[in-house]
Amino acid sequence: MKLSRRDALWVGFGSLAALVPSLALARTTDEMIAEFSGGSAVGEGGITLTAPEIAENGNTVPVSVEAPGAVAIMLLAAGNPEPAVATFTFGPAAGRQMAATRIRLASTQDVIALAKMADGSIVRAQATVKVTIGGCGG
Amino acid sequence: MITRREFLQASMAASAILGGSGFGNWSKLAAQQALTQDQLLQFDDFGNVTLIHVTDIHAQLKPIWFREPEWNIGVGEAKGKPPHVVGRAFQDMFGIAPGSPEAYALTHEDFEALGRAYGRMGGMDRVATVVKAIRAARPDALLLDGGDTWHGSMTSFLTKGQDMVNVMNLLGVDAMTSHWEWTFGTERVTEIVESLPFPFLGANIFDAEWDEPAFEPYSIFEKAGTRIAVIGQAFPYMPIANPKWMFPEYSFGIREERMQQMVDEVRGEGVDLVVCLSHNGFDVDRKMVSRVSGIDVILTGHTHDAVPEPVVIGDTILIASGSNGKFVSRVDLDVRDGRMMGFRHKLIPVFSDVIAPDPEMAALIDAERAPYRDQLEEVIGTTESLLYRRGNFQGTWDDLICDAVRSERDAQIAMSPGVRWGTTLMPGDPITREDIHNVTSMTYGQCYRTEMTGEMLKTILEDVADNLFNPDPYYQQGGDMVRVGGLGFAIDVSKPIGARISGLHLTDTGEGIDAAKSYTVAGWASVNEGTEGPQIWDVVEAHVRKLGTVRLAPNTSVDVSGT
Repeated sequence: MKLSRRDALWVGFGSLAALVPSLALARTTDEMIAEFSGGSAVGEGGITLTAPEIAENGNTVPVSVEAPGAVAIMLLAAGNPEPAVATFTFGPAAGRQMAATRIRLASTQDVIALAKMADGSIVRAQATVKVTIGGCGG
Repeated sequence: MITRREFLQASMAASAILGGSGFGNWSKLAAQQALTQDQLLQFDDFGNVTLIHVTDIHAQLKPIWFREPEWNIGVGEAKGKPPHVVGRAFQDMFGIAPGSPEAYALTHEDFEALGRAYGRMGGMDRVATVVKAIRAARPDALLLDGGDTWHGSMTSFLTKGQDMVNVMNLLGVDAMTSHWEWTFGTERVTEIVESLPFPFLGANIFDAEWDEPAFEPYSIFEKAGTRIAVIGQAFPYMPIANPKWMFPEYSFGIREERMQQMVDEVRGEGVDLVVCLSHNGFDVDRKMVSRVSGIDVILTGHTHDAVPEPVVIGDTILIASGSNGKFVSRVDLDVRDGRMMGFRHKLIPVFSDVIAPDPEMAALIDAERAPYRDQLEEVIGTTESLLYRRGNFQGTWDDLICDAVRSERDAQIAMSPGVRWGTTLMPGDPITREDIHNVTSMTYGQCYRTEMTGEMLKTILEDVADNLFNPDPYYQQGGDMVRVGGLGFAIDVSKPIGARISGLHLTDTGEGIDAAKSYTVAGWASVNEGTEGPQIWDVVEAHVRKLGTVRLAPNTSVDVSGT
């Protein structure tokens, strides 16, 4: 197997637990958030989600998320038929609790990231990514 | 203790009283019909650093008419703030007398009558005179070009931007950023950039595959004993608003966090002044500098706004220098101990009949035009109507272009892009081939003909309207509304996407547009690769030739509300 640079990034940052389960099992965004947080209150701060305001290509939108001290980060695309994008888990040896990937967005929607901290607390960040048919560049 | 912000504001108020910002004094002089080059260039030197800003020249080498917008609607927090103030309200806001030269230069009111009194504006030979005069007073002045320089005329199209490169090199640019430059394609951009004697900056231009920085983000200049960082910001929505297949290697975006990193980096290197040379557009820049700290001066471009005084946002001053060579901004700054302590600014209007052409630049422009002169100056027809484009909604040039597209391509509906470039013609002016190129020139000008459903038409109008009227500037692309022919609609700009457009109908019959029905649609400037059709300028030329004389009826097909 040829290890590409992008694969190496994945390996470097953490392990990838789940990616796109089948549609038959699709759960709603709210269900996934409830499951990930285990019912605890969801706070803000301590998590940075970086995504373009307008996607250059809705089929491959670069998204990155960082939450120092997190043990797990879940990424959701709330407007996709299957909102689950990925859940990253970080072991004690992880130098940085950060992940970057590219996702497909069916239409304009919110991308949501949740981080679970070592003490079990949950923080959330979200960004609206617009998927447009293109405009007129003044 | 006076804070830095108070100092800035005090400084601006003082400069206005003294007429240091230019417009106060000039107004009185102009009222006496005493415009002279010396008065236009008059400036009491201030501080130790001078910046000269030009932007969005759109390859206009010769003096032009350019009517400022009648519609420039602000939404969200921008509502009622410059540049979203037009006409008489703009004159009132800046204390400009109706009928004065600055009323002519900065607003659309009485454009035809005032144009005949005050003449064309711009011309790169006049701009050269202004730049040389500033440099004579301030030899260390930095000349910064905000981009949209290589595109917009027949000669720039035929020389692939080389005429403008030669002119800007002679002008002595110190750094530039970019937008339409990219529509010449990666290969041509790379070729020109390698030849430039100055940096082509873009902190937000990334390699599309690796999402890593691809161009120089900033340059540090040592001038007059100070170290000045100039950070470039290219147009963020290149691959969305223009054809990404022409520059597939690159990704853009606002990348606010990247801008903050660059500011922190140059501050860490101990520069005295941080300047951002931006092609974001006015509202995007206003938001960006409210969220990125440490920028002293942002020189904004893209949205073609000319604002006679700096807009102060926190500790940053925002300078908007218009388009098409109509204005040159001079910004003098007092920079001491690594801080900007005050400023004086003048938006210098380039009245082509008042400012003498620089002979050296005039000779170069003539030489650039000489090989094409016969093609450029051939008269195709005459206009009895004022022909202009700029404004949030349809201008008369757009009406003429849409008529040409419908008639020559036999379509029910025409669509024409709401670009903000395109010069003006006065009633009675001949229409030359060059004039037609000034409103159509581009590297993807094929005039397509296709079928679209009513649903698709609505989607397109909603999508473009949201690019203009989304209340969050970061979701605005900086173009105006798409222009249409044969189609009427109502737009409520205060509504969200999907709810702004209503009452779609065919103007010929008044028949409502049926979402499920197909209509023949022709248009130009498609961002899709492989678009087929004749070039738009040939389509317009054929139409104007048949008409001989252009006379346009008032267009009432777009009904605007919610402003």
